[in-house]
Amino acid sequence: MKKEVAEWQLLLYIAGQTPKSIKALENIKKYAEVHLAGKYSIEIIDLLKSPQLAEGDQILAVPTLVRKFPEPIRKIIGDLSNEERVLVGLNIKPVISY
Amino acid sequence: MQKESKSNRFIFPKTPTGVDGLDEVTDGGFPKGRPTLVCGGAGCGKTLLSMQFLIKGITEYNEPGVFMSFEEPSNDLTLNVKSLGFDLEKLKAEKKLVVDYVRVERSEIEEAGEYDLDGLFIRLGHAIDSIKATRVVLDTIESLFAGLDNQAILRAELRRLFHWLKTKGVTAIITGERGEAMLTRQGLEEYVSDCVIVLDHRVIEQVSTRRLRIVKYRGSTHGTNEYPFLIDADGISVLPITSLRLDNEVSSEIVSTGVPGLNTMFEGGGFFRGSNILVSGTAGTAKTTIACYFAAEQCEKKEKTLYFAFEESPQQLVRNMKSIGVNMEKYIKNGTLQIHSSRPSLNGLELHLLTLRKLIREFKPTTIIIDPISNLTLVGSEHEVRSMLVRLIDMLKINNITALFTSLNKQTDNLRPDLAEESVSSLVDTWITVRDMEGIGERNRGLFIVKSRGMGHSNQVREFIITSNGIGLLDVELGPQGVLTGTARKSHQIKKTISDIKLQNEIDRKDREIARKRRVLEANIEALKNEFESAAEELSILKATEELQEKLASKKK
Repeated sequence: MKKEVAEWQLLLYIAGQTPKSIKALENIKKYAEVHLAGKYSIEIIDLLKSPQLAEGDQILAVPTLVRKFPEPIRKIIGDLSNEERVLVGLNIKPVISY
Repeated sequence: MQKESKSNRFIFPKTPTGVDGLDEVTDGGFPKGRPTLVCGGAGCGKTLLSMQFLIKGITEYNEPGVFMSFEEPSNDLTLNVKSLGFDLEKLKAEKKLVVDYVRVERSEIEEAGEYDLDGLFIRLGHAIDSIKATRVVLDTIESLFAGLDNQAILRAELRRLFHWLKTKGVTAIITGERGEAMLTRQGLEEYVSDCVIVLDHRVIEQVSTRRLRIVKYRGSTHGTNEYPFLIDADGISVLPITSLRLDNEVSSEIVSTGVPGLNTMFEGGGFFRGSNILVSGTAGTAKTTIACYFAAEQCEKKEKTLYFAFEESPQQLVRNMKSIGVNMEKYIKNGTLQIHSSRPSLNGLELHLLTLRKLIREFKPTTIIIDPISNLTLVGSEHEVRSMLVRLIDMLKINNITALFTSLNKQTDNLRPDLAEESVSSLVDTWITVRDMEGIGERNRGLFIVKSRGMGHSNQVREFIITSNGIGLLDVELGPQGVLTGTARKSHQIKKTISDIKLQNEIDRKDREIARKRRVLEANIEALKNEFESAAEELSILKATEELQEKLASKKK
């Protein structure tokens, strides 16, 4: 692994530890482990603590997952329970492991 | 007593709108601490109205505001309202205003599962808290519906948002596009139900008019009509049709008419200050001249006068008046007179009214002349003209401005008033009619007073003439068939002079005759006297002779 920035930079915006945000975090971790193993980073931003960050990424809904890199920026809102839509949204081709 | 009852009455808390006239219509402003829905079609001025609400809130009431735009980026907004004299950048720098552009791009957003709009709440809350805003605008929140799929969540969240705004205690404006069946496309009126205002933009006979109507206003009285409003260089102004009361102050001071001879036709010697005077007449009956005389008279007394000329340019008016000996130029130079010329078709009636109102505010005149008011009827329908004139007259009365209108009417035989006259005549206090009196190959001008509220006035038709020395009312010439004018007056006058001379001659002749008679009589008297004297003398001689004879006779004895 190169020690540069990760190939996939994901940001998860949440507003406090709500069931939805916990679920969203669990979900994205799960998918990333499966499809982007080793080449991703997830940063969690709690808007309750830093509300000024909401404007920059045009956040309306929470939870919102933002794909910062690779460009273009993509946003997925919701608790990410629908795996297929998350993958489509992030433009990840599912890894067929067997 | 009065005070007590006033303080006991509950006053619904309101936030001034900062929009000219809207406070009057809403009886004080938008409901304080509650959301107000402003809806209307494209280009009807929703964004501007809300922007003005915020900016005036900052500049006039020192209430910071947040503008959350869902449609235009904040740079565009800044630019758009700059032309109206609002400097958003300055207000932003002073930490009085936050403009937050919320971009909802469908192509960028994928929905995967449950979510809520806490992000929006946090952003708005952060913006409100950062400048302690009390005014909030959401323009146009319906854009969310285009960007997000899950309607159920959206609706629930919007309901929560409006509730949250209320608990925050901010006075909010939410704008919405006009829908087909409902007031707004997404039925926002279901959520925002405290105050709903509909804006409308209509074109009637090629003249566009913007209108505003308050559909509902919980807990408050409000005007229910459609009110025309205007967008001009100073933003939005709403024109209430009429003030609801008729309780303006009246003055019993008299102002001179300026026309020699006309003053005496009024018992008081002129018009009341603050009254409205209508001078109506057919073409070429010297309405403008009378108006100019009045204007000059007021200027002479250092009364600020505003002259609206809808037919002539100021230069033309000055030149024409010079020809009859009225020098208006010096009044323009010393600042007592302002002539404002424009074509009536230049813009809609409302704009004319607004220009007038602005000039009244800036110039503060005590006298206004509108020449002619009938030209305004070209612009609008009968109903519109009437309502505009009512508003105009109301406005003038409130400001205690003496106003003189001229009105051109069609040449009719029976002298029935036409539209302009008809709509104004019931409103004006004094009505003077000038008319042509045609006959025996000539045209004369006659003037009479149709009405003069609160003042006795002459019932005569007075002939007046215009010469290079100006206008002058002639004394009434009564002939056997009534009042005489023109040639008839002249011939009557000549006849009168001739008969006067004849009479004089006759008298002279009689005088001479009497003198002659006296002389004859005196001669006779003299003759008789002489006769008497000679008789007396004869008698005395006779007596003397008698005496002598008697003496002699006695001597003989």
